[in-house]
Amino acid sequence: MKVYLSYFKLKFITGLQYRTAAIAGISTQIFFGLVNVLVYIAFYKSGDSNVSMSLSQTITYLWLNQAFLILIFQFYRDTELYELIKSGNLSYELARPQNLYWMWYFKILATRASQAVLRFLPALIFAFLIPIPYKMSLPVSISSFILFVVALFLGTILITAISTLYPIIVIKTLNEKGVVNIFSAFGDILGGLAVPIPFFPKFIAAFSKYLPFQYVSDLPFRIYIGNIGIKDAFNGIFIQLFWIATLILIGYIVLQKLLKNVSVQGG
Amino acid sequence: MSIIEVNNISKSFRIVKKESGLKNSIKSFFKREYKTIEAVKNISFSIDEGEIVGYIGPNGAGKSTTIKILSGILTPNDGKCSINGYTPWLDRKNYVKQIGVVFGQRSQLWWDIPAIDTFSLLKDIYSIGDEDYERVLNELTDKLNLSDILTTPVRQLSLGQRMRLEIAASLLHEPKILFLDEPTIGLDAVSKQLVRDFIKNINKEKKVTIILTTHDMSDIEALAKRIILIGKGSVLYDGSLLKLKNKYASKVNITVTTKDKIRFKKKGLLETTRIKDGYQFVIDSKELNISSFLNYLTQKISIEDVTIENENTDELIVKLYEEYNI
Repeated sequence: MKVYLSYFKLKFITGLQYRTAAIAGISTQIFFGLVNVLVYIAFYKSGDSNVSMSLSQTITYLWLNQAFLILIFQFYRDTELYELIKSGNLSYELARPQNLYWMWYFKILATRASQAVLRFLPALIFAFLIPIPYKMSLPVSISSFILFVVALFLGTILITAISTLYPIIVIKTLNEKGVVNIFSAFGDILGGLAVPIPFFPKFIAAFSKYLPFQYVSDLPFRIYIGNIGIKDAFNGIFIQLFWIATLILIGYIVLQKLLKNVSVQGG
Repeated sequence: MSIIEVNNISKSFRIVKKESGLKNSIKSFFKREYKTIEAVKNISFSIDEGEIVGYIGPNGAGKSTTIKILSGILTPNDGKCSINGYTPWLDRKNYVKQIGVVFGQRSQLWWDIPAIDTFSLLKDIYSIGDEDYERVLNELTDKLNLSDILTTPVRQLSLGQRMRLEIAASLLHEPKILFLDEPTIGLDAVSKQLVRDFIKNINKEKKVTIILTTHDMSDIEALAKRIILIGKGSVLYDGSLLKLKNKYASKVNITVTTKDKIRFKKKGLLETTRIKDGYQFVIDSKELNISSFLNYLTQKISIEDVTIENENTDELIVKLYEEYNI
């Protein structure tokens, strides 16, 4: 376990080296947050929207999306893992007394979490300080806040299990672009990062229920704003646990299989 | 007692066969043709504890493949191997704690942060105790001259500095066996010397068993008494470097500057060529002693200058490759 904390520490140290990237990230998220909020205000004003989310709930949802973006989005482009597969540095990874799946899993988790730690607070503080109607609201109740924290934590575990599949697929394809693009096209849309799930046409929402993506961030955010009640929240968390177990198992088994026939690139 | 036993290891890869041109590319898009490449075939050898063995052969001979099999990275198709009691590919996690690996063309250091941070990660990966870590790190810092470069971000270091850190990183957990895959590639003379001295030193002091692959024959000469020559996936020669030299490198070129003329025959004198202001002789040093040949010459003619050239190891290896047709 200690070694996984070390990964986190190193990733965090590395992240701290890129101050400009962090500042740029925060400003981008604040900017996109504002644009999104303005778009939805216009949308609500334009007519009768029969959506289950009120305007202020939607605005809070949008700010949460932006503040935790780097933690929850599918588009994972830390090139380190892909590069080491493509260039043959996999050799060194395999020369370590560790299980490769967990090593990758925690590297990805560490990258996501360490970057998010640097970024989410400034964005949230900004979102709370701006005036109504643009501002973000507090959680509906203490119990929903606690469930939000639990669901967001499990959502992070889940998104990491999904993104650990990318390098495993790259062992076969030797290029990450296709893999990452397909996952992020499906995952980010069906996960509610482009448009919150309640805004979806009925048939897509029904279909998306059976995929893991909306349990990453849509579930915790809707628990926060009170769009998902306490009872449904527990159901959602149960489904999260199911997907976490399934996806980790799939990744783990496939990787062990692939490693039996691995060939190292570049001699 | 041998610490490494390799028995009839074979490994083949299946690769897609592609011919050039649009037509063939389209064809291969629909119907893939594969060919099997045998990277190593029936390789066997054994190595004793504390030995340094030079593992040599031309590009593509199977050197790196062998090293990767021995270090548990690749699984061979066939054969047995026992290293310090382990079969590398079966019990990989426990086995790799015993070994250190340096791949000269790859890097294990995190690019953006100082090496010391990577080291402390390795400390946790190999669960090295605080005291051991402290002691080994001090020792390595001292011997490899690392104190100035440990805290600089790796991307700002030169190749030679980085290689020293790579070697240190592979030795933090005090492995019994060290695999060095081209550790001196691209290094300048000073760095090479430092690395060689260090390898010699840990072999002597800590009895670390070392397998070294390289294309730089002076590495082999400086370090390895024994070499294993591999070509087209098979072991071609396994024995001492000295023997090999005696067998192949007995020819000596002697160039003499003189105004006199001479023509003679002698046992062991292979060639005589008249050059601009003197002669060039090629003798077989096994049959004709160099000093007695020079003695003989000075009695006959007056010599202004003389140069003696031994065939160097590089030429020896070229000859060897030629002889084995690899």
